Amino acid sequence: MAQVLPAERDLRRVIGDGETVPDGEVEGLSDDDLLELHRWLVLLRTYDERSVVYHRQGRIGTYAIFWNHEAMQAGSVYALEREDWIFPSYRESAIGLLRGMPASTVLSWWRGHPAGWWSPLDWNVASICVPIGTHVPHAAGLAWGKKLRGESACAIAYFGDGATSEGSFHEGANFAAVMRAPLVLFCNNNQWAISTPLEAQTAAETLADKAVGYGIPGVRVDGGDVLAVYEATREAVARARAGEGPTFIEAVTYRAAPHATADDPSAYIDPARVEEEKERECLGRYEAYLRRRGLLSDEAAEAVRAVALDRMREGIAQAEAEPPPDPSLLFSHAFASPPASFESDLAELRRVLDG
Amino acid sequence: MAELTLVEAINDGFHVELDRDPDVMVLGEDVGRAGGVFRATAGLRDRFGPERCVDTPLAEAGILGSAVGLCMAGWRPVCEMQYDAFSYPCLDQLITHVGRYRWRTGGAMEFPLVVRMPYGGGVRAPELHDDSPEAYYAHTPGVKVAIPSTPADAKGLLAAAIRDPDPVVVLEPKLHYRTTRGEVPEGEHVVPLGKARVVREGDDVTLVAYGAMVPLAEAAADALAGEASAEVLDIRTLKPLDEEALLAAAAKTGRVVIVQEAPRTAGYGAELAAILAEKAMLDLRAPVVRVTGYDVPYPYWQIEDAYMPSVERVVDAVRRLLEF
Repeated sequence: MAQVLPAERDLRRVIGDGETVPDGEVEGLSDDDLLELHRWLVLLRTYDERSVVYHRQGRIGTYAIFWNHEAMQAGSVYALEREDWIFPSYRESAIGLLRGMPASTVLSWWRGHPAGWWSPLDWNVASICVPIGTHVPHAAGLAWGKKLRGESACAIAYFGDGATSEGSFHEGANFAAVMRAPLVLFCNNNQWAISTPLEAQTAAETLADKAVGYGIPGVRVDGGDVLAVYEATREAVARARAGEGPTFIEAVTYRAAPHATADDPSAYIDPARVEEEKERECLGRYEAYLRRRGLLSDEAAEAVRAVALDRMREGIAQAEAEPPPDPSLLFSHAFASPPASFESDLAELRRVLDG
Repeated sequence: MAELTLVEAINDGFHVELDRDPDVMVLGEDVGRAGGVFRATAGLRDRFGPERCVDTPLAEAGILGSAVGLCMAGWRPVCEMQYDAFSYPCLDQLITHVGRYRWRTGGAMEFPLVVRMPYGGGVRAPELHDDSPEAYYAHTPGVKVAIPSTPADAKGLLAAAIRDPDPVVVLEPKLHYRTTRGEVPEGEHVVPLGKARVVREGDDVTLVAYGAMVPLAEAAADALAGEASAEVLDIRTLKPLDEEALLAAAAKTGRVVIVQEAPRTAGYGAELAAILAEKAMLDLRAPVVRVTGYDVPYPYWQIEDAYMPSVERVVDAVRRLLEF
């Protein structure tokens, strides 16, 4: 059973601390499920750490780091069915990997190569949303549209604490609530919007409190506890499928890495607090849990890491092997029926490029 | 053929298109129970149900943003923005997503949505019920823009927009919603996007206009009778533009006056003038002249007539060109 810790209001946890707080269990998760979740966490962690390296090596462009956000992504996606739609922000750029999307696709996105712009239909993963919170209405619309068609799929939209200040978050959440759309609003509250701390973002005591205003449940969960995230999302998905409408999940964590590779947090963040968070980062906590349950050995953990590393090596090799995109792609996808001017524009471009 | 007002023609078009395609749905503020503040969607909720003619929360970005998601679920949503200037909150969605999403998916997904709204002044209304925002829309990549000026075109362009695989913004001249009547074909009627219409033939000067400025240009042409023979061209689709028709109409007379209700600077008329400068210079006998609204906020309605392009201003511009 998930615990409610009174010291941190309504914050649900399953994983104990190995000392005074005992471990819990999530009903219905087999040992195989627990190990699969571990592979997912390692895959995301490896993707993220390698991407920072690739950026430093000049092999990908600016990259939004999600180190210590893996539990929120893996735990929530594990609670979905394949038919359900995922609406990621840039912080969840690699979430499609959990559905089998090649690493090369996401790496290509960060390389600015068209091979990184996937078809959402292939994975039921919408395009990465770069502007903050503006995809929340899309997720609401898709969930509503599926419901209108009598389909059982639901949707989940990921966004950060800063996004809850955006009008589009509000409009999307309100739309979904009014339409009783099968939507999970998943807020990864990592306490920082680049350099702006949560207390400068909101006067609400918790972000989950905002759910009250939409007439939907608001749930708080430890974002570093993959099992608590899974369990909370599973409940939200069950509500959605039962026609009971959206749920707001506030997953609380702490950003232990820069916002992105272009960011230097030393100007604004307390390094001691960051170090504290690094000590209790989500993958280490889960591995300790698995070890306490006798499910993970050093060798097994190493093997999982090796598989993930191979996938990344293969991914970056594939991404770098992509041929340079042809400039004619400029005109290829903006319209289903493009204007006549595209033809003359392309002809002019060709003439100049070909000298 | 039925004789309908412009807004009746739109309503007729809706009934035909919703009946024809079960994926078409209408959403907006007051479009269902009330049938729209101008009654453009009257009767749709009763006939097609509250799930295909949806009264939404009062949230323009939410309307257009959820329409993006509805497209992803296989719908063809038609969004009503209650008034021109009320559409500005939806520009966020339009610019950041609507015009980009197809491109973002490498062409794998289509976004056959329509945004339609009454636009323009001259109706003695409070502030922000009078704007002509077409340039914002036309400037946005990935979006098409149409503006009808007659009841038949209002029905036909709406049908074309609904059937088009790309996002289309349709601005409807509210000044003429109920004051203009015309013959409208019954049943299915589609006016293809990207085709201008020669409203009347002339030899001395070409008046280029769209939407509410077309009847004004016709009135100016009437006023010039005996003095100059004016051709009137209705652009009808701002994007994609019927460039061929524009250049032909300019070449025919060698003199062009562009009439635009919106403020002048960086307005759509500037685009038309630039195209004429690039491609019609040797056909022109005089500079291209614009008659537009002024670069001011749309004014208090007691002096709005001074803001709006008038027959007198258009006639004055034509005379300057004839004397050039």
